[in-house]
Amino acid sequence: MEQKNTFELKSGLAQMLKGGVIMDVMNAEQARIAEAAGAVAVMALERIPSKIREDGGVARMSDPQMILDIKKSVTIPVMAKVRIGHFVEAQILENLDIDYIDESEVLTPADEEFHIEKNKFRLPFVCGCRNLGEAVRRIHEGAAMIRTKGEAGTGNVVEAVRHLRKIQREIAELTPHNIKEKAAEYRVPTDIVQAVFEQKKLPVVMFVAGGIATPSDAAMMMQMGAEGIFVGSGIFGAENPEKMASAIVKATMNFDKPEIIAEVSTGLGNTMKSLEIDKLETKFAGR
Amino acid sequence: MGQNIGILAIQGSIIEHEKILQKLHVDYSLVRSKEQLQNLTHIIIPGGESTTMTKLLKDFDMWDVLNEKISVPSGKNKKLKVFGTCAGAILLSKFGMDIKVERNGYGAQLDSFSADLVSKQFPNLKGIFIRAPRFTSHGSDVKVLVTHDNEPVLLEQENMLASSFHPELAHETRIHEWFLK
Repeated sequence: MEQKNTFELKSGLAQMLKGGVIMDVMNAEQARIAEAAGAVAVMALERIPSKIREDGGVARMSDPQMILDIKKSVTIPVMAKVRIGHFVEAQILENLDIDYIDESEVLTPADEEFHIEKNKFRLPFVCGCRNLGEAVRRIHEGAAMIRTKGEAGTGNVVEAVRHLRKIQREIAELTPHNIKEKAAEYRVPTDIVQAVFEQKKLPVVMFVAGGIATPSDAAMMMQMGAEGIFVGSGIFGAENPEKMASAIVKATMNFDKPEIIAEVSTGLGNTMKSLEIDKLETKFAGR
Repeated sequence: MGQNIGILAIQGSIIEHEKILQKLHVDYSLVRSKEQLQNLTHIIIPGGESTTMTKLLKDFDMWDVLNEKISVPSGKNKKLKVFGTCAGAILLSKFGMDIKVERNGYGAQLDSFSADLVSKQFPNLKGIFIRAPRFTSHGSDVKVLVTHDNEPVLLEQENMLASSFHPELAHETRIHEWFLK
């Protein structure tokens, strides 16, 4: 019997992306650059996070036409963002037949109480998290892939590091004795926390996102145990996007080879404009 | 005769293939440079993104080495045996295997599917197809080992074995055993 849209198939696509770099792109031309540089997928959005910060106002799902143009221009998977809780934006994306939906804090949240019931959708979702509790809640809602939130659009990797370390620490602290208590604290069924305890990792693929701006940032996250990398503003906010994209891909593959990371870090030009996180008016990660 | 098995470890379903080899109690190495390609007798090319793997194989001078080892016996060494799953099958079509492959031939993610496959060699085989490539034609030297809806999904030609599905996601060990026999 043929089956479609099962959780196995949703999380399976994320398994195929492991060890790769997913890049934010704003049009078909950028998508082609990302694909040629070796991206494993592209994230279609109208404005990269640094531009959303600059412009202010409400950030929403992108124009379907722009997403379709991007889809037509590449053969790698296409992802796109919807606002947290905005299930109609998600319905639209499913209708566009893209490959993955990112329920993202980078856009302005539509619901401050509930995330989308992702199990109801045929398309897989990736969601952000800052800690184990957020991660397992999103998985319980149906997320087939997790990424740390970091602080998008800043070019500052410190929050991505904080979130990854926090999740790893919280996983290490699980014991057969506290699983029930932790599941209650995280407001999820015990079996999800049990699975995390047994596998010593999340039961879905976990990428790192938010503030990755250089090849060495990407390699550091990989050495720390990330299963892959999202780069938002770091590519098309940089002076030389083609070079930066290719360098980050090479550094992610060769994350434990400093001689290669040194070589690809050479002569990249200016990185994206960076921001001090303490001075931000809006922190996306808190959403 | 010792086997020296490698998994191409650029990106993709590397750990899933590792787990299958561990279940079979065979040693293997992860291959991320042309030096590491040198003494292999077998290589597995995992699922992932074929454009990414192609680009990085070329960037790190592995493409030509791999191509030559697959197509030409060198000295007393036989041709390198290759098993490619999904993206790996696409690469095999470029490394001289006599197959035509359509990328994402079954559609985008909404058309990803799992199904019970038909095979004499591997009864009760489950196939997981994720944005899978489709084998649209193959030469007369190519043996069809598994089909789905009368279309080939596992093909073998001499030292090359190509599947459009992911045995490594289904915890399926028989096809790896066949490859290593």
